[in-house]
Amino acid sequence: MRTRQKRARRERGRRERGRRERGRRLAADAALLLLATAFALPLVWLLLASLDPGADLRVRAPSTLTGENFRAVLTDEIAFTPMLNSLLLCGGATAVTVVCAALAAYPLSRHRARWARPYLLTVLFTTCLPITAVMVPVYALFVRVELIDTRYGTALFMAASQLPFALWLTKNFMDAVPLVLEEAAWTDGASGARTLTRVVLPLMGPGLTVVTVYTFIQLWGNFFVPFMLILTPERLPASVSVYTFFGNYGSVVYGQLAAFSILYSLPVLLLYVLIARRLGGGFALGGAVKG
Amino acid sequence: MSATGGRWRWAPIAPATVLMLLFLGGPIGYCVWIAFTDTQLTGAAGADFVGFENFRRAFADDAFRNAVWLTLVFTVVSAVLGQNTLGLLLAGLMRGASRPVRSVTGSLVIAAWVLPEIVAAFLLYAFFRREGTLNALLEWLGLPAQNWLFTLPILAVSLANVWRGTAFSMLIYSAALAEIPRDVVEAAEVDGARGARRLWYVTLPMIRRSIGTNLMLNTLSTLSVFGLIWAMTRGGPGSRSQTLPVYMYDQALVKSLIGYGTAVALLLLVVGALFSVVYLRLMRVEL
Repeated sequence: MRTRQKRARRERGRRERGRRERGRRLAADAALLLLATAFALPLVWLLLASLDPGADLRVRAPSTLTGENFRAVLTDEIAFTPMLNSLLLCGGATAVTVVCAALAAYPLSRHRARWARPYLLTVLFTTCLPITAVMVPVYALFVRVELIDTRYGTALFMAASQLPFALWLTKNFMDAVPLVLEEAAWTDGASGARTLTRVVLPLMGPGLTVVTVYTFIQLWGNFFVPFMLILTPERLPASVSVYTFFGNYGSVVYGQLAAFSILYSLPVLLLYVLIARRLGGGFALGGAVKG
Repeated sequence: MSATGGRWRWAPIAPATVLMLLFLGGPIGYCVWIAFTDTQLTGAAGADFVGFENFRRAFADDAFRNAVWLTLVFTVVSAVLGQNTLGLLLAGLMRGASRPVRSVTGSLVIAAWVLPEIVAAFLLYAFFRREGTLNALLEWLGLPAQNWLFTLPILAVSLANVWRGTAFSMLIYSAALAEIPRDVVEAAEVDGARGARRLWYVTLPMIRRSIGTNLMLNTLSTLSVFGLIWAMTRGGPGSRSQTLPVYMYDQALVKSLIGYGTAVALLLLVVGALFSVVYLRLMRVEL
């Protein structure tokens, strides 16, 4: 009798809790959906406008769907040349960044020296500096040494600007690769370079992919650096050409601009999906964030 | 311990070090130098050392003070209040939400973050324009519409920065909240701490390091926002959304006052450096 009462009370308690939990879940869902809508509106506009032959600045269903906007921007002048420029600039800079970061991270992760700690602290400190602030002196310096309006000069600066963070991240990934495997390779008579290429780098594959993709995403979207350092219109990357496209307000064809924006954003969105699982959680600023 | 030859084992750090010294150290050093000269865009050769003249001029200049004020407003509204609070709210709500809602919201917020800066600027320019979506929404709700980019430009660009930058805070706080042990939460519930009380006395103290990190990084990244503002308003109308980076660009490149513009850049760098030092201290980085 008593046990049954107790069981009934427990049962009621569980149902009560269950109801409270469901209520809480519904409230959370509703609040999140409201916020999600706010975040979605500009994105929805982009998608609809790109397919709308008479797009304006408002979210609305197109009267007819058309691929005309995409067809109109898929020309050498509007899409292909700027995208190719972006690829050259950011691809080159990414390659330089990742190679330099991987090389430098190796001894920093494996060997000890008294100056290694201040070196790494300086690198970490540089990661936090607002790079925007140095753009005016960089411009002045580039004019001085005649690097202004050159692709390689711009790419090298972009590489350097991403390097502190990439180096920091790579070092953290490298620290996670156990030393035992290398020691085994050394005992077998492998040289330092061989150990790096055959043992360490393959083990770091996923880590290096993250560094590479992250660096590329950052550079692909970078506007201020090429905006300052590249002058010739034919050399401008997509980030700046999109801007000049709608910077001349007046007679903008919004549908075409939306279509080009989508084409320009697509590579980084896809790349992000590729590394999203590893970027999850507090990764976003590597070891620095974990503290 | 190493099989590689003695001093050569440090050789691999040379390329990275040279690159950073040339392209980051160089400009920063150059920045410190020309901030004290009267360098102009055309006559770089004939620059004279003018001491603190550029700084004196900056602090006496209304436009500069306006830019400092707007930078402060922009940073507090978009980074401290906007991204930080909204990120925590999103992360908190997501813990109690159902799976599909959680993943849809997460994807949308992150998409806004991954999108290139200039595309984000274009989208929000469209959103805030007189004939844009926000006004359409307000009219539908029976509220008065207005030209946001004209009447409240600094608010519009701040909200744009919230839209764009909240994902970072959301990710940090999601990770931090996931690390709070379940029994602590349960113990607090048993003691009768619910809702706001639990948030204030249990959750926030437990994630205070993440809050510090997040505030610092949000502030630093917001301090250097240029493209978003430039593309949405060009600092205007007038100078009503002209934050320090935009002011710096305007003085140095539009008005050709490189020396003066660089002095502003140096001030921005110093503020950033101070924040960075506090941040590194806060993290008590261990190497």
